[in-house]
Amino acid sequence: MRLITHNMLSCNIKGVTNGFPLKIESVTVVEKEVDFNPDFLRHMFAKIEWKALVEGARSMGYEELPEDSPDASELESDDETFLRKLHHALLELHLEEGALVCPETGRKFPVNKGIPNMLLHEDEV
Amino acid sequence: MKLKQLEGLLGDLEQFSNPKVELEQYPTGPHIASRMLFTAENSYGDITDKVVADFGCGCGTLSAAAALLDAACVIGYDIDTESLETATLNAEELEVEIDFVQCDITKLQLKGKIVDTVVMNPPFGTRKKGADMEFLSAAMKVASQAVYSLHKTSTREHIKRAALRDFNAKSAEVLCELRYDVPKLYKFHKRKEVDIAVDLWRFVPKQN
Ligand SMILES: C[S@@+](CC[C@H](N)C(=O)[O-])C[C@H]1O[C@@H](n2cnc3c(N)ncnc32)[C@H](O)[C@@H]1O
Repeated sequence: MRLITHNMLSCNIKGVTNGFPLKIESVTVVEKEVDFNPDFLRHMFAKIEWKALVEGARSMGYEELPEDSPDASELESDDETFLRKLHHALLELHLEEGALVCPETGRKFPVNKGIPNMLLHEDEV
Repeated sequence: MKLKQLEGLLGDLEQFSNPKVELEQYPTGPHIASRMLFTAENSYGDITDKVVADFGCGCGTLSAAAALLDAACVIGYDIDTESLETATLNAEELEVEIDFVQCDITKLQLKGKIVDTVVMNPPFGTRKKGADMEFLSAAMKVASQAVYSLHKTSTREHIKRAALRDFNAKSAEVLCELRYDVPKLYKFHKRKEVDIAVDLWRFVPKQN
């Protein structure tokens, strides 16, 4: 699971109101290089929840993202340093083993072989 | 990538080894899958450089097709562990990156507007009545650009009405009618059910 996927997931247990973002407990993280696509990243930047991304990256051992969401000028600048970091965090870090934890209830959703299991128990729906 | 080449690659994928009847597990054949994704890209530009989600991805045929057509990110969702394991192996075999999530797609609310396009071959709802509609409803909530889906031709009017009236579709269009070879996987399949007519749909959600 990559952080772009994590950015959409929340805890859907019945009654939970603050199920986003899920905290990440990482046991194994792997990095795989993929092609850099600046236009795609600019487009994504407008859509992602910044805080969820920064916290997620940090819990996977990547500390390079700025705490506060940078402003648009940085995205358009010729210096691609920021976009490279965004690229790495969103698309190249994979959580292989670990868990996603609901911020409200502490319920853990295990991640095995890269696949988070978001299935709810009967008494949670 | 050429259509023939795409179809060839999809034809080599591993499919359900123990199909579960209650989940309506039958694969989208390489002929249909390749044409579905090829049309989505070549006629509408909905795949390359996009975020593509595959609902009920099974062994990942549609996900793989999206990745092979250079989607920027592909995410496959399915309820079944075994299928997702096969899908992971298929992705490795093709050397494409696909994220997989195990979930009940009818219960999971995905946040935000990150997904551009949903592609899916949902259960037709023959085992669990209404499953096709639940998938469509979920897909329309998530896609910001388009939803491509297969539904039985016999449900065409019903689908169209529901999409426009209940699921926030701006347009709902049948792109083509296909013969779907549901292999004789299950004992209860009578001969006439082996080859059924399905529609390939394209839905465009209203911008909110
Ligand atoms: C008709 S098969 C299509 C498989 C695959 N998309 C393909 O094209 O080969 C339907 C898939 O939906 C999955 N499924 C059924 N109900 C589901 C649910 N509630 N949530 C998520 N996946 C589900 C099944 O496990 C199965 O893999």
